[in-house]
Amino acid sequence: MRILVCISNVPDTTTRVKFSSDNTSVDNSGVQWIINPWDELALTRAMELKEDSSNAISTVTVATVGPATADPTLRKALAIGADDAIRVESETGDAYQVATQLAAVCKSGDFDVVLCGIESSDYNGSAVGGMLSEILDIPSVSAVSGLKAEGEEVIISRDIDGGREEVSVPLPFVAIVQKGIAKEPRIAAMRGIMMARKKPLQVVPAVESETLTGYLEFALPQAKAPCKMVDADHVKELVGLLQNEAKVL
Amino acid sequence: MSVLVYTENWDGRFKKLSYELVSYASGIAGMTGGSVTALSIGNVGRDELSTLGSYGATNVLSAETVPSGLDNQLYTQVIAAAMEKTGAKVLVMANNNSGKAIAPRLSVRLKAGLASGVTALPESVDPVIVQKKVFSGKAYAKVKILSDSAILTLSQNSFEIRETGGSAAIEAFDPGVDASVAKTNIRDVQKQEGKLLLTDAELVVSGGRGMKSPDNWGPLEELAGILGAATACSRPVSDEGWRPHEEHTGQTGKIIAPNLYMAFGISGAIQHLAGVSASKCIVAVNTDKDAPIFEAADYGIVGDAHKVLPELIAEIKAARAQ
Ligand SMILES: Cc1cc2nc3c(=O)[nH]c(=O)nc-3n(C[C@H](O)[C@H](O)[C@H](O)COP(=O)(O)OP(=O)(O)OC[C@H]3O[C@@H](n4cnc5c(N)ncnc54)[C@H](O)[C@@H]3O)c2cc1C
Repeated sequence: MRILVCISNVPDTTTRVKFSSDNTSVDNSGVQWIINPWDELALTRAMELKEDSSNAISTVTVATVGPATADPTLRKALAIGADDAIRVESETGDAYQVATQLAAVCKSGDFDVVLCGIESSDYNGSAVGGMLSEILDIPSVSAVSGLKAEGEEVIISRDIDGGREEVSVPLPFVAIVQKGIAKEPRIAAMRGIMMARKKPLQVVPAVESETLTGYLEFALPQAKAPCKMVDADHVKELVGLLQNEAKVL
Repeated sequence: MSVLVYTENWDGRFKKLSYELVSYASGIAGMTGGSVTALSIGNVGRDELSTLGSYGATNVLSAETVPSGLDNQLYTQVIAAAMEKTGAKVLVMANNNSGKAIAPRLSVRLKAGLASGVTALPESVDPVIVQKKVFSGKAYAKVKILSDSAILTLSQNSFEIRETGGSAAIEAFDPGVDASVAKTNIRDVQKQEGKLLLTDAELVVSGGRGMKSPDNWGPLEELAGILGAATACSRPVSDEGWRPHEEHTGQTGKIIAPNLYMAFGISGAIQHLAGVSASKCIVAVNTDKDAPIFEAADYGIVGDAHKVLPELIAEIKAARAQ
């Protein structure tokens, strides 16, 4: 069984967001790039599954769509344990453009299980995994918080409102994963970092693609009014404010 | 411009979110004098279906023979068939588990640009230009849909429901999709019945690492109980197993927008705020006057949660008794 983990290269989650002077694009100068948190969890789970020798998982590949500046993020994924990496040489357009590129990667790679994070922490689209599965015309399962292999089958836990379901779908499929898929993201060890330098990172040309959406303009949220402080000895005052001023009680 | 809205049901019932969706769809249709058709999938009674009319749907398509277990491919094809039947140019869905599962597939199938997690009506509908949050709430972006049709997924609790007092014509809808399209084999379902869902809750009481121990949650649960609130927590609290994972709020957990969010012993890390900053009112109780949570809060108390909680419970009870 071959697993592909799709990786989005995103600014560190503590990054202060800045825009170009005309506010039409995001200013990424000085940004620290990381593996999108959900993709990192997906990769962690993929490694756990592969290392359990009772599972017949042969390889874990990571792929991203982006310019060469995304290579360090792919190397990090290799250091965590992925066997090889693929980067589609392309500027990233919208989710549809990225999904089109990843679909081409999937078609050329014969993967059985494709893992995508539920969203990327930059544009919060929650779209690439679902789009990818529809382009490939294969099953997708979303809100996935558990994956285990049972012989030739993969058993999937997905979150539903107020609970969870255990489901399976025929291979190949796309699982769109979220919290719970792995407990904590795996951190690369020194040995992994050394080994990652020698692992294959293949750069492939982009296929023809289009975009269905575009960003016109960015803005920061309006500054909010300062917090009204209530003395710890006057809790009653807080109740009054919540009832009469905020009108939420 | 006619609008299709997919109204999911929960065991045959709609909820506030469903009416938010219909109200939103109706707002878009109103911008161009179009009409709203609601699509329901699975078995829902006529009375329940007709409630959609009160929020602006003029027609309801009821695909009642489609099985209710979610299969992304089947649901995608059913909704696509309804888009074709109605000729709608805009599709409105929820930005929840099922919306996130199906909307991207529909975007490909219909070649319709997707704007996910929108919180307000578009500023224009031809072309569709709509604002959405990006960078987990740290910024807003204006998205332009470049395709002929558009799919918008609406964040829960972000759009006010509007009763129009109208009524809808209900029609059985056969999407003509072969059931064998569905490939999801549902082997087991575990569900807690009757529990208030965090994402549905109007009031939320939340605890962080400052609560010190899972044994200290009693007063927090009591407060939630008297308010009819749901309970939530920060990520380390659920990672430690102090509270169940469903309660984890924040960027990597649940993203909520209740009317009131009360944070006890939560520092207010940027990743936590990403999940709660859309709350209409935030109350913070923290021993550290410099905790970042106070920058996001509307009301704050610098103090010990273990002391403030019992007093708050007593004061709310007293206020209620009046
Ligand atoms: C990629 C990534 C994703 C993340 N996603 C999330 C997420 O989704 N949700 C999330 O919550 N976190 C998330 N985090 C973690 C986040 O950065 C913080 O570590 C976390 O939110 C801190 O939780 P806390 O506020 O409960 O604990 P702490 O930061 O330890 O804060 C405890 C607070 O309690 C106060 N306190 C102590 N004693 C008392 C008392 N007796 N009474 C009142 N107050 C007291 C302290 O002053 C302190 O402010 C993420 C981190 C990363 C890197």
